Amino acid sequence: MVEWTDKERAAISDIFSKLDYDEVGQKCLSRCLIVYPWTQRYFGAFGNLYNAEAIMNNPLIAKHGTTVLRGLERALNNMDDIKNTYAELSVLHSEKLHVDPDNFKLLSDCLTIVIAAKMGTTFTPEYQASFQKFLSVVVSALGKQYH
Amino acid sequence: LDFDQDGYSGGGVYPSSWACLLLYDNIKGPSCIGSHLVRFISCTFNTGKSKRSKMSLTAKDKSLVKAFWGKISGEADVVGAEALGRMLTAYPQTKTYFSHWADLSPGSAPVKKHGSTIMGAIGNAVGKMDNLVGGLSALSDLHAFNMRVDPGNFKILSHNILVTLAVHFPADFTPEVHIAVDKFLAALSAALADKYR
Repeated sequence: MVEWTDKERAAISDIFSKLDYDEVGQKCLSRCLIVYPWTQRYFGAFGNLYNAEAIMNNPLIAKHGTTVLRGLERALNNMDDIKNTYAELSVLHSEKLHVDPDNFKLLSDCLTIVIAAKMGTTFTPEYQASFQKFLSVVVSALGKQYH
Repeated sequence: LDFDQDGYSGGGVYPSSWACLLLYDNIKGPSCIGSHLVRFISCTFNTGKSKRSKMSLTAKDKSLVKAFWGKISGEADVVGAEALGRMLTAYPQTKTYFSHWADLSPGSAPVKKHGSTIMGAIGNAVGKMDNLVGGLSALSDLHAFNMRVDPGNFKILSHNILVTLAVHFPADFTPEVHIAVDKFLAALSAALADKYR
């Protein structure tokens, strides 16, 4: 089981409390699709992804960004058992969506950068460490049911 | 098939472009076929595209990096120190390379000094983007034979540089700039690892 210090819990909660899921979700997912274009392979049905501007203005991508953030909120609300909380999501990503789990890290790096841009210097090194620990637990849980 | 960063091979060679469409097993639905078809056609007729190795720096990448570096150069020292401090905090295993420092906390004197050294070298590399392997040859020797830093750590430091840039330049660090700088740092890391074995 993952051990969380009080400081880590406080940092992660504080960060989430400052997030507008619609804004951050859209920015994070579009940044991932732009910076790591091969991730677009999973979004064939999402319409026009032909260039950065199209991706940034794509409403289906924006909507899906919000979905991703809501999914992360589930991990936030179950920090002591993220692995089981995400068991179904892991099966979904593996069996139905066929997502290469290496891509989870790419999206989590983009999320870190979007939050860093939003929070500026209040995103301290300690906050970054706590949040990245949280994301690495999430990424690991999402990959758990792959076989 | 040698896939470039866009996931399409070569430059306008009909058989391989067609083959890479076939490999897209996630194709579902007409709208998706449409966007792939547009790219396939432009790829086929884009015979002016020069031969590139995987994910190499395009002219656009280089100009974006140069322009962005011009904007940040005044704060390069601050960025370097902070990126190093973030790395040592968020990736504690990297502290193993600095056991000779008295103080490893962000903002300490050795961290500030070394952050400045690193950013200075990266700034120099911006001017050497046309030949990073040649331009960084001496530094590669140093990292390979003296310091023996595991090259996996270059990626870690690069990530922390990107985070620091986002913190200090949120408006300028657009997705387009992000991808160009990410590619530049990756190419730089590869050049730094060139002499390792």
